[in-house]
This record gives sequence, C-alpha cells and structure tokens, in this order.
Amino acid sequence: MSNPPEAPGRREAVAGVRAEVSRRGVLYGGAAAVAGVMATAGRATAAQAGSTADGGTAVEAFHGPHQAGIATRPQAHAVFLGLDLRRGADRDSVSRMMRLLTDDARRLTQGRPALADTEPDLAALPARLTVTFGFGPGLFAAVGGGPGRTPPVKDLPAFKIDKLEERWSGGDLLVQICADDPLTVAHALRMIVKDVRSFATVRWTQRGFRRAAHTQRPELTQRNVMGQLDGTVNPAPGTPDFERAVWITGGGPLHGGTTLVLRRIRAELESWDAADVVAKEFTVGRRLDTGAPLTGRQEHDEPDFARLTAAGLPMISEYAHIRRARVEDPGMRIFRRVYNYDEGVSAGGTADSGLIFASYQADIDRQFVPVQRRLAEADLLNEWTTPIGSAVFAVPPGCGPDGWIGQSLLA
Amino acid sequence: MFSRVTIATVGLAVAALTTACGTTQAAPAAAPVSLPASASSSSEAPGAALSITDPWVKTAGKGMTAAFGTLVNNSGADITVVAGSTPLSPKVELHEVVESKGKMIMRPKEGGFVIPAGGSHQLTPGGDHIMLMDVAEKVEPGAEVPFTLTLQGGGTFSFTAVGKDFAGAKENYQPGMEGMNEGDGHE
Repeated sequence: MSNPPEAPGRREAVAGVRAEVSRRGVLYGGAAAVAGVMATAGRATAAQAGSTADGGTAVEAFHGPHQAGIATRPQAHAVFLGLDLRRGADRDSVSRMMRLLTDDARRLTQGRPALADTEPDLAALPARLTVTFGFGPGLFAAVGGGPGRTPPVKDLPAFKIDKLEERWSGGDLLVQICADDPLTVAHALRMIVKDVRSFATVRWTQRGFRRAAHTQRPELTQRNVMGQLDGTVNPAPGTPDFERAVWITGGGPLHGGTTLVLRRIRAELESWDAADVVAKEFTVGRRLDTGAPLTGRQEHDEPDFARLTAAGLPMISEYAHIRRARVEDPGMRIFRRVYNYDEGVSAGGTADSGLIFASYQADIDRQFVPVQRRLAEADLLNEWTTPIGSAVFAVPPGCGPDGWIGQSLLA
Repeated sequence: MFSRVTIATVGLAVAALTTACGTTQAAPAAAPVSLPASASSSSEAPGAALSITDPWVKTAGKGMTAAFGTLVNNSGADITVVAGSTPLSPKVELHEVVESKGKMIMRPKEGGFVIPAGGSHQLTPGGDHIMLMDVAEKVEPGAEVPFTLTLQGGGTFSFTAVGKDFAGAKENYQPGMEGMNEGDGHE
C-alpha cells in the first residue's frame, strides 16, 4: 500500500526548480509539465530533499472506489474529529464543504500542501497520511430527505453497559486523520479545521495511538492498554471476507462505502490492576502472553468452545469475551481498526485510558448491533471496560481525480 | 479538483499562439483538469498558451478581497496580463506589494503581470495579486468565482477560483480601508 511519493524523474525536477527559484520572477523553466507539478509540490519536495528517512515520504493512495483509512494498514497516530453542522446548513453548503475538504485530503495525503496552506513545509512528509470522512444522521437530516434518501445511519440503541458522555458522542460529520507521524496528523487536522469551521463547529476531538511505526511487524496483532492482544479475530483487508464484511454493495449512492461505529471505551485500569492473570485470562478466554484461546496454543488457533475442564465446566467461560463476541460467518464480522487513548493522569494518579473502538461494517444493524447486544447482556470484560462515547457514521465511497467525497450522496 | 484549470486564450496575439502550439511546447502538460462545477468553462483546446494552477479567492463579507494562483505560460512568448474582471466586483486591479517608508503597501502594478515564455508567475498573499474592490456579495468558502483576465493584445483568459477561508492577505483589510476609495493605501 505504501509507495515512495516521488518518481526518480520528479526528484530531478525538484533540483531544477530549486535552481530556478533564485532567479527572481522566473520560478520554473522548461516544460509546462514541470511547472504544473512544481507549482503545487515544489516547496514540499524541496523541503524533504535532504531527508534520509524514508518512512515520512510513504504515501497512501487517495483515489479509488473506497476511501483510504479503512483497509489501510493502521497508522501509528490518529485523530478523530466530530463536527456539528452550523445552523442553516443545506445541500449546497455541505457540498461546498466536502469539495474543499476533499481537495485538502487529496493534496495532503500525497505530500502536497493544501490550497492556501499557510505551512506548506509541514505537508512534505505525509507518512502514510489518510483522511477519511463519515456522515452522521444529522448531516442527512440537514441536506434533506425525499424519496430514496432515507438516512442510511441512525443512532445505536441504548445498551445497559453504556455510560455515554455527550462530549464523546454523536456528530454530523466525522474526519478521521491517520498517519505514522504525529506532526503530520497535527498539520492535517489544523488545515481541515480551518476549512471546515465556516460550516461546522467542533463537537469532539479524540486522539489515539498504536505502536510507533516499525516497532513491530505490521501483520502482528497489537496490544491495548490493558495488555491484551486486541483484534485477533478481524477480517483481513484484501480477503473476500473483508470485502463482504466491510463494503456496501448494491449500486446505490453508498456503494463502495461502509459504516463506522466509533465507541470510546474507557479501561478501568485501577480494578484491572487488582485482577490476577488467571482472572484476566478467564475474562477474555485467551492467554495474555500469547493471545491463544484457553483451549489452544497459538494466537490464531480456533477456540474450542465445547471443550470442558476436568470439573466439567467450559474451558472458555459462557461469559468470556471471545465467546460472547463470536460471529461464525467471517463475512458478517465487524472490522475493528482501533486506537488506544491515554489522556492526562488525575491528581490522584488515576489513568484516563482506553480504546477508541472504530468498527467498520457494511450494515450496522446486522453486524454491529447483535454482537454489542450479546456483549452488553453478559461479558465478563464489562467489569473492566465502560463505553463512554458513541457515534455512527455512513462512510461514503472513495472518489476519482475529478470527484469529491460525498458526491454520490449530495450532488 | 481545484488543482488546475486550463482555459484557452481567446484572440491572443496570433503569432505567439501559433508558435506555442506548433513547436516545442508540451501540449499534454496543458491538458485541462476540470473543476467539477465549472467544467463548462474549461477548454479542451490543446496547447492553451496560458493556464492557472490552484486559483483561489479569499473569502470575504463584502468590500475587498483578492485572488491568487500561479499563472503558467505554456507558450514561447511572454504574456502580459493587463486587466482582470469578475462578476463579483465592479473594480478589479492587478496589484503588487512593495515596501514604502518601512511598511508594506499594495498598489497597482505598472505594466501588469508579465508571465515569461515557458515560465510562470505566482500570485500570492504578500505578493502580486488580483485585487477585488467594492465586492457587493459574500464570497463563501468553496464558492466558485469566475474571473477573466485581459491580455496585452486584447485576448482574454478565463478561469474559476475557489473561495478559501484565509487569515492572511491583510494588506486588503487594514483598518480604515474598508470601502476605500481609489488611492487609499496605494501609491
């Protein structure tokens, strides 16, 4: 998925342009092709010419049938921005907003400054930047209903485990910004916010992180702040199961899109610390060290839910997390693309940590809700995790070079 | 989308155009990438002599604002922009920003903007720009604003600039300059 952003020829072109820059009034010489590219990329590429690190120049494609940032191998840093449309927003203003934001995303993800970017040098190292947009129920209400325009997403039903806080919930528009470098994320966020604030107000900002890039092999399951290997059972991008689980089909305006359920799940680290390893493993149904099911030896061994202990009890408890979360049909599973959060520690030393649980699925009602119901009814892990935020978004399909995100829904 | 708009130069000095189209200039480089909402204003004419990259206009309530971008001359002869117009403003000037008595001021650029043969000319906040005065209606972010530049020799060049919120380009908005008359803040 990652490619160096520069073809060899472009590097040469950069050198040529730099030579020209010193000549007052003549920025670019030679073919118009060079001038055209350089007009937008010149400053950025010049700034990175001296770089020896290659991770920063890695680029994720922006154009395609799906938005980037979903099947994309998770980057190390993320910010999720929830926005509310300003009063009076309508189809025209939302379309203008999405054209502007698409343009920003298109440029920044490719290592080019945004239009009117006041800090163009910060765009030079995209570090696999992706910018992904989602539309909440309120956006669909604002742009109008009408035949065939039933909002594709609605708020989740209430779950008894929820302790939802307004400051982490809801939102008309989601912008998910991910990159392997936090400064890149900060710049993209700043640029997006500057262009969106005429149209919308910020409802919440959720920052998350995974292991730093290159810390461990990308195909390995990462641990969360509770020490668990998190996401062992997850459809793998590029597989038919993933395609079926994630992408909306059927040829409608959301064809090629998906839905996102974003849950902020607090980890109750104080009481988790008080639990011993056996209790922790019993809760989840997996070994903490290897992630193997209690009936297996390796992480990806299939759990044997029928196996009993010598005492005749299930080895994996009836209420263990992996049993309650189990979905047999891989194409009906949810796709988790999670980030940890770890905010300020309280004066008393209590952590404010947990998981930004980003769940992508083609159909929230058929895929997400049944699992969440089962977990809410009885999951031993509920003792140590608390959902404190919740938001749902329809994620429009991707777009081509002349298109914009949301075009199929708004135009 | 807002990346490049290339529009045919109509009625440009014939000699210059002929040279540009017929000889060494790379025509494919000038292939238009259309703006979704303004594709009709793009031209498919190959080898358009003048194009503009990343045109944008600072959003504004009313009064003054300015447009920016990079003018690219794809021809083998210099092109001079001598005037500009837009439905947004009855009064459009080609400005430069220069130092005068220790402070930066803007003023009409004598002789207009010269885009050298095969070269380009940047219009930026703090530099040369297309100045719009007495703007009567709001310039919204994301708005697509048509512009027409008049070239020396009588040709014109049209493009569409997108409205962008922008904190800078304050040369246009110094206190006391709202609704300014000609001459205020200028030399």
